[in-house]
Amino acid sequence: MNRVKKVLILGSGAIRIGQAGEFDYSGSQSIKALKEEGIETVLVNPNIATIQTSEHLADKVYFLPIDAYFVEKVIEKERPDGILLGVGGQTALNVGLELAQSGVLKKHEVDILGTPIEAIQKSEDRDLFAKAVLEAGLHVPLSRAAASVDEALEFAEEIGYPVMCRIAYALGGLGSGVVHNTSELAQKVQSAFAFADQVLIEEYLLGWKEVEYEVVRDHCNNCIAVCSMENVDPMGIHTGESIVVAPVQTLTSRENFQLRAAAIKLIRHLGVIGECNVQFALDPASEDYKIIEVNARLSRSSALASKATGYPLAFVATKLALGKSLTELENSVTSVTSACFEPALDYIVLKYPRWDLQKFSNVNVNLGSEMKSVGEVMAIGRSYEEVLQKAIRMLDLGLKGLVCNDRMFDDLDRELSEPTEKRMFAIAEAMRMGYSVARIHELTHVNKWFLFKMKSIVDLAQSLKGHDLEGLPRELFKEAKQKGFSDQQIGHIIGSSEAAVRERRKSLEIIPCIKQIDTLAGEFPASANYLYLTYNGSEDDVETAGENHVVVLGGGAYRIGSSVEFDWCCVSTVITLKRLGYQTIMINCNPETVSTDYDICDRLYFDELSFERVLDIYEKESPGGVVVSMGGQVPNNLALRLHKTGVRILGTSPVDIDVAEDRHKFSRLLDELGVRQPEWEELTSIEEAQKFADAVGYPVLIRPSYVLSGAAMSIALAKDELKEYLIKASDVSMEHPVVISKFITGAKEIEIDAVANSGDVYCYAISEHVENAGVHSGDATMVLPPQRTYLETMRRIKKIAQEIAQALRITGPFNIQFIAKGNEVKVIECNLRASRSFPFVSKVFRTNFIDLATEIIMGKSVSKVVRSPFDLDYVGVKAPMFSFMRLKGSDPVLGVEMASTGEVACLGSDFKEAFLKSLISVGFKIPKKGIFLSTGPIESKAELLPSARMLFKMNFDLYATKGTADFLKTNGVEATILHWPLDEREPNALTYIADGKIDLVINIPKNIEKEELDNDYLIRRKAVDSGVALITDRQIAKRFVEAISDTSMDDLLVTSWDQYV
Amino acid sequence: MSSRKRPAKLILKDGSCFSGYSFGDSSIAAGEVVFNTGMVGYPETLTDPSYRGQILVMTYPLVGNYGVPGDTSVDGLLANFESERIHVRGLIVACNSDEYSHWAATRSLSEWMIEQGIPGIYGIDTRQLTKLLREHGTMLGKMIHDDQDIKFEDPLKTNLVKEVSVAEPVEYGRGKKRIVLVDCGTKNSIVRSFTRRGLSVLRCPWDYPISDERAAGIVISNGPGDPKMCKETIANVRVALSGDVPILGICLGSQILALAAGADTYKLKYGHRSQNQPCVETGTRRCYITSQNHSYAVDADTLPEDWREWFYNSNDGTNEGILHISRPLFGAQFHPEASPGPDDSEFLFDMFVRAMK
Repeated sequence: MNRVKKVLILGSGAIRIGQAGEFDYSGSQSIKALKEEGIETVLVNPNIATIQTSEHLADKVYFLPIDAYFVEKVIEKERPDGILLGVGGQTALNVGLELAQSGVLKKHEVDILGTPIEAIQKSEDRDLFAKAVLEAGLHVPLSRAAASVDEALEFAEEIGYPVMCRIAYALGGLGSGVVHNTSELAQKVQSAFAFADQVLIEEYLLGWKEVEYEVVRDHCNNCIAVCSMENVDPMGIHTGESIVVAPVQTLTSRENFQLRAAAIKLIRHLGVIGECNVQFALDPASEDYKIIEVNARLSRSSALASKATGYPLAFVATKLALGKSLTELENSVTSVTSACFEPALDYIVLKYPRWDLQKFSNVNVNLGSEMKSVGEVMAIGRSYEEVLQKAIRMLDLGLKGLVCNDRMFDDLDRELSEPTEKRMFAIAEAMRMGYSVARIHELTHVNKWFLFKMKSIVDLAQSLKGHDLEGLPRELFKEAKQKGFSDQQIGHIIGSSEAAVRERRKSLEIIPCIKQIDTLAGEFPASANYLYLTYNGSEDDVETAGENHVVVLGGGAYRIGSSVEFDWCCVSTVITLKRLGYQTIMINCNPETVSTDYDICDRLYFDELSFERVLDIYEKESPGGVVVSMGGQVPNNLALRLHKTGVRILGTSPVDIDVAEDRHKFSRLLDELGVRQPEWEELTSIEEAQKFADAVGYPVLIRPSYVLSGAAMSIALAKDELKEYLIKASDVSMEHPVVISKFITGAKEIEIDAVANSGDVYCYAISEHVENAGVHSGDATMVLPPQRTYLETMRRIKKIAQEIAQALRITGPFNIQFIAKGNEVKVIECNLRASRSFPFVSKVFRTNFIDLATEIIMGKSVSKVVRSPFDLDYVGVKAPMFSFMRLKGSDPVLGVEMASTGEVACLGSDFKEAFLKSLISVGFKIPKKGIFLSTGPIESKAELLPSARMLFKMNFDLYATKGTADFLKTNGVEATILHWPLDEREPNALTYIADGKIDLVINIPKNIEKEELDNDYLIRRKAVDSGVALITDRQIAKRFVEAISDTSMDDLLVTSWDQYV
Repeated sequence: MSSRKRPAKLILKDGSCFSGYSFGDSSIAAGEVVFNTGMVGYPETLTDPSYRGQILVMTYPLVGNYGVPGDTSVDGLLANFESERIHVRGLIVACNSDEYSHWAATRSLSEWMIEQGIPGIYGIDTRQLTKLLREHGTMLGKMIHDDQDIKFEDPLKTNLVKEVSVAEPVEYGRGKKRIVLVDCGTKNSIVRSFTRRGLSVLRCPWDYPISDERAAGIVISNGPGDPKMCKETIANVRVALSGDVPILGICLGSQILALAAGADTYKLKYGHRSQNQPCVETGTRRCYITSQNHSYAVDADTLPEDWREWFYNSNDGTNEGILHISRPLFGAQFHPEASPGPDDSEFLFDMFVRAMK
């Protein structure tokens, strides 16, 4: 192999279901590995919140869409001699395949590093894959690829229902699923062909164990299996949806090594160079197995395996791709042993996915072969009970552990046999009710060993009952801690407070101990800084860190509303702290993050972000202080309690943080400052609520403190809607008050991100939303610098921010959201912590706000950053990424609850360029032929008339529902009428969308929030299911039409980040 | 559950004491305390005769999960185990699973240990214990209860090989070619590795005069303890070296082969007991992940003129195999038969079989 000098790395773009932060981790490691070899790196990734797009990593960063068009342009400009496709998930791999097949890579003499393209093709094409596995003498499930509905039906008939239907080249098992009969199959296959040319019909392995191996191969043919993983959930539930443990727990040595050998045989046969994930189904009643999937690239599982073992897979894979051999590389944990080995674990890890399905209406909540979870956590411990209960708490869903959650199930048998995200709690409840392990196994197919362990938790909870704190025997107390019970959980059972349990526990000397992850189970001395706490041990592996150490609390599981952006903030903080000469201690529990890469900090605690655990670590380590303002709301919520216990919180005082967090205190402060906010009140009865709403006028926004079902927040347009919602969705009472506020329509939303020093603002950035207020700020399209905000409004926002900073003595990062109508400005939210948009504003401004905030928090003297928005000769636009496609049934519409799973941001010389680049980055295609319009209520139709005229002038084929078409016609715009879906008449909107006659659907909902399945919903859903671009917001529709009317693809310039000055 | 817990202790020669709870047999035991870092395979490991005289610490904390399979015999050998019985004197784990789940299991680990009279202790910080053994080297230890004690006992002072070897020669398989296997404590899988390849195996006692037997190849098996204790075997192998029959030594067998050839062996501080030992084939960039279980090693610097180091350990550089430059004489410090462990080095059997006339 020729020595490469310049390598192009493709990232994975916005975070979405099935492709999350793990690729920031693998990409960042890969860039480090390349840099270590002195290779120049060029990165394409529009995900501006990632660590890999930070200044200290790649030499050149392009915030551009990851598609063949833009990547080719980057290749033409940068002339790299190598390209890495394995660290950007399915997105990067698909683009790489396209560029290889179209001859672009060859033409520009770009070598694919690592696993050759033929091997990737074999692993991706279902038919070629099955063939390759058989050639290698290994087993696959009976399967056949089908290119038509008829073919699929025919084969299914042959092997018998139920069958598994899989889609080729799909990330996260998109569109796959178990099918029970002909009509289900026909429907599934039909919709699959909307975005794939091939489906695979496969024998369904009900109740088989699902096991994975992460294997590595170098060009000398050395192979190692770095990690084995076993799914607690059996076959049929996607591995991304499954609870997964490492190493395998219920396999014998023969089974384990047979599968290891098969995985290695397969990657040798395929010719993989680097990392590969091999998934098996293993018969629970014999040694028979089938290979069900191979990913010849870094994956979610490989990130998990890296974190589970301490083996840096992405780093090693990159070195191997450059032609190094495993024997040349060293084990970076021990620094004395070789990288050519298989880690031995002396602990168990458990991954638990996090779902946010309650944020979506109509969504199918059953778990299956498609991924729906939005994030995950990983727990490390030395007993299964310990890791299971730790992981459940790490999800940050208010769960105390496996037990003590007071969950009720209407139909327990159904919960057990048709799993939802509540399945583990249903199992625990069934055990409490006396179901036998055998019966539960029959219903769930979960291996009995896992069930026995769960039963031991349920039983222990029972035996704790009847004791009081003083009378609780030390032995039992200790056993409860060893089985993962939290102090709070024990307190809940025995009727005591968390604080009292903690005190008693410490007096009995039941204290967790610190253990290292050293990859060799203690066989060799390791200077490992990768740590966890366990009660199944009696000795600390490390000494107290001490004064010069600063603890940074991470953000926990990725979820809707908290994602990679907070990881960027945490990592930036750690880097700055190091630069300032501090030692750093990171605490986080999310395996997808860069902040949990042990080489970024001095000590990494992969553990719970709970009050109990953070305090445990604080007491062990006696650090100089704790930073709570970088990891989002999770650490922010801990601030006051930690502070009251005597923990030294660095930055803004938790007492002041509380003023911003507590609605009443904050309101009082704003009144004192003379700053306005939308009228609101906390109410405890329906009558009061109606009275208040009448006074301020509808619509009103309702936020219940206790949610019965459905989304937490809602908008009521009129009296009956308010009443209906309050009865149906929330149990409004003295105990569960509801907050109702005036909902201001037709207003703009503006945000300020800033850093203050003892109440004095040191730097700030003001961004505006494209959408009107009412769309959750996390779902909004943000523009920096603002293009349409009055100067006077900007001035007032800056002034208010300064006043609030002063009043709350802010030292560190903060964010305030405003609503502006005319020149009137009202505050809607204030957070005394880094916000979701900190990486965006930092990278657009090329001023690291977190760096500055950290220096200020640590008391360094810094000077103010004076950067006026007029200094920027370019515009940054941040756009949300939605994962509606994966959430079958969900209504793809924007509302007051956040629904997006990720975001991108692109730069351009004007708004239009940046806007289009970022829309393309989240999957939009510029329409070429047909556009469907149904533009909602009359004022909306009128507002969008100029846009419709523009589209008409641009010669698009316009289609519209009758109302919209009539309106357009009266105004001189011709559109073909399509019938509403429920009319069930042709030409029908649904058919046209499904048949690909339409490239863009503009559907403006009639109501702000409406739950029932109506025509509009069906149109939106069809657009999403058919992969057609969908716009549901008026402002976005207008700006999009304006943008495409005078900006073509050629105007979207390929300019690297550093070229914007 | 909690009420049935029976306290037990592991006491080491240096005075350290680890308290846990008893499982398996309720007897007490003394021996040499060693640790193994393998994450699966306790039925195979416990029945490996190389563990004779040792108290074994499992670094993987969850043991017993899949129970223990039944005593099915195939061709005169227990199919699911490496010998006829458990050879460790005692077992130390962090968590033992009394409840197990596997289609092939017929009993729990604890029940099996009771059948065989082997005591176990769980609830011990096995990582702390492992680190101690790593720093101090393997130590004598004893597993006791409050009401019963025992003296420390150094198993290396007795001839352990003699204890585990067959008393009389036994023949396995019906192949035309015959392997003479010197049983210093062989694992069943070594026998199976040859019968599976169509050879018959004559399993002889450790001190059997092998040169009297017709053999297409001679294999010196693994086994417990110090190779220098096997004076008779070394002498017999030295005689065999003067003939032209291919010889393969495995683990202890490789050390005996080295001693017979004139090289020296020494005791490692805490040995290699795991399933993840990387062994590099000297002069190549090929590395094999191997299963190992040994306390002693060949000193490669003492190899005579015609011998070469074949493999070395890429973690600590110790010798992992020897090779004669012109004749089919091989020694592997690791276990090519794996069980439990990766099968990366199974090709050694093929090489050896090919070398036979």
